[in-house]
Amino acid sequence: MKRILLAIAAVVLAIVGIQVFYEPGASQASAPVADRAGQLVRGEYLARAGNCMGCHTNAGGRAIETPFGRIYAPNITPDKETGIGNWSADDFWRAIHNGKSRDGRFLYPAFPYPSYTKVSRADADAIYAYIMSRPAVSKPNREHALDFPYNQRILLAFWRTLYFTPGEFEPAADRDAQWNRGAYLVQGLGHCAACHTGRNALGGTLDKNDLAGAAIPARDWYAASLALHDRDVAEIASLLKTGVSSRGAVYGPMAEVVSGSLQHLSDADTLAMATYLKSLPPTATLKVADLAHAPQERARIIEAGARIYEKQCAACHLATGEGQGTAYPPLAGNRTLGASPVNAIRIVLNGGYPPSTHGNPRPYGMPPFGQELNDEEVAAVVSYVSSSWGNQGGMVSPASVARLRGMPGD
Amino acid sequence: MKLLLLLAVLAAPAHAVPDTIAERTKACMACHGKAGDDVYFPRIAGKPGSYLYQQLINFRDGRRSYPAMNYLVAHLSDDYLREMADYFASLEPRLPAVAPAAPASVMEQGRKLVFDGDKSRKLPACVACHGQRLTGMLPAIPGLLGLPPAYLKAQIGAWRSGTRKATAPDCMLHVSQQLTPQEIGAVASWLAHQPVPADKAPSPAQASACRSAQP
Repeated sequence: MKRILLAIAAVVLAIVGIQVFYEPGASQASAPVADRAGQLVRGEYLARAGNCMGCHTNAGGRAIETPFGRIYAPNITPDKETGIGNWSADDFWRAIHNGKSRDGRFLYPAFPYPSYTKVSRADADAIYAYIMSRPAVSKPNREHALDFPYNQRILLAFWRTLYFTPGEFEPAADRDAQWNRGAYLVQGLGHCAACHTGRNALGGTLDKNDLAGAAIPARDWYAASLALHDRDVAEIASLLKTGVSSRGAVYGPMAEVVSGSLQHLSDADTLAMATYLKSLPPTATLKVADLAHAPQERARIIEAGARIYEKQCAACHLATGEGQGTAYPPLAGNRTLGASPVNAIRIVLNGGYPPSTHGNPRPYGMPPFGQELNDEEVAAVVSYVSSSWGNQGGMVSPASVARLRGMPGD
Repeated sequence: MKLLLLLAVLAAPAHAVPDTIAERTKACMACHGKAGDDVYFPRIAGKPGSYLYQQLINFRDGRRSYPAMNYLVAHLSDDYLREMADYFASLEPRLPAVAPAAPASVMEQGRKLVFDGDKSRKLPACVACHGQRLTGMLPAIPGLLGLPPAYLKAQIGAWRSGTRKATAPDCMLHVSQQLTPQEIGAVASWLAHQPVPADKAPSPAQASACRSAQP
């Protein structure tokens, strides 16, 4: 017995020890930079690509809801007391590449270092230089509000062993430069996997970078599959850059990503990302767990949904569900519906505007219907849309509509 | 020539979406288009453009809280919100039926607060800033008539509890903190019972009187 306990203790110590001392890339030094001004411009661009501001805002403080509690994004302005003014470029690289703070503590992976580890040293240095060039703001960090045992940072040693592989992006030799650039941005700074790849109960990504679509933890939005083999590259690039395309528009958390990050990328970079996404292998269509209904009951609900659709939706989305250009997106062939009805329910309840972007400064909007339709009616119209025009979704229950009422922005 | 016209007609998509601000703000009409019916949502048609613009910015940036609005305008630009505000300011409002009167003593209390305020508490009269006819004052003070009583009460209450704010000087913060809940009810009841004057135009801009009433 004693021997078993000793063996377990040895393994635990070994795991913690390895995670504490294993620092791949630590010896990698900064390459000297001749063009400082150019580096700052590039750093700002890359910080946009990584959407650092999305969480760290001007001086930190945004609360990130997770299934394990609330994480407050820290102040990363160059303030010496409350920010990262004392950090060197090596410290910053360590955080990006290895997910460790300046003092060696493990960082919580709400900071998406499982993706950022792909970022090159030169790019990390440029982001560091840009952050250090911004004004210092004195604003103390808030303690994270995590549940036990997740508030014990040392336990991240085990999480890291299971779910984190440090390592820079390595270009695929059999792909061209454009594809590799896209893969670098999607897998690295873009940290698309943070939402679009499924997670297990411990918050580890299920299948690294499969981007097959997933429910966003603690936010009740569904991040659609990014395996966009059946889409046009220009169309994907347009969605990333302008927030709208002839096949769909972005709402909710993705509207925030397009607004704060993707619209600022160059055409070449969004095209590269689109090229990479189009190349991802098709994912098996997830089937929404369908509700058991007697056939007559089902027919009655679909018919009621069809009547609501005719009255409320068809003027813009047309009776055929094909929509009208980039103003009113098509509902026929909507891939998200096959995997989860939450986005459709939320958008029927709360409406939505895609973001104002350089490419689409005055978006058309979808009206909210939460004040007009009751839970049964919303469930009926979403059930109708989900099962019409070749869509692969199933029946939606009034209870799942009720659950999503009253939380437009979360 | 006729052939050219015919070609142009054929080339146009069957259901071209109008490129107008009215079409682009249809989403707003789901709630605000019902103003005048027995609903909570305030009218926005005919309010001063700068007032509407400030409210849209406040909703976007979190100074005013109403989740449905915060969500809808979260990622819209200043320019676009300005265009929306000016559009709604240019519309003729559809006014609600006058709300029923509260008991006479309550109405009198409300009327006195609206026209006289309470000098002993440095409480300015509503008319000092919202105009003698209560139709608002340019550029950014809204009219107070033709609004549902529940909406009026909720706004003063929101200022009082700090969930609605204006940019400094936030006179309404001071005003709302001076009023008791009972007085808020009286003011809202009196305002909602008044017919809107035929000339709904806001008063011309002038130095605001309530600024001097602040402590």
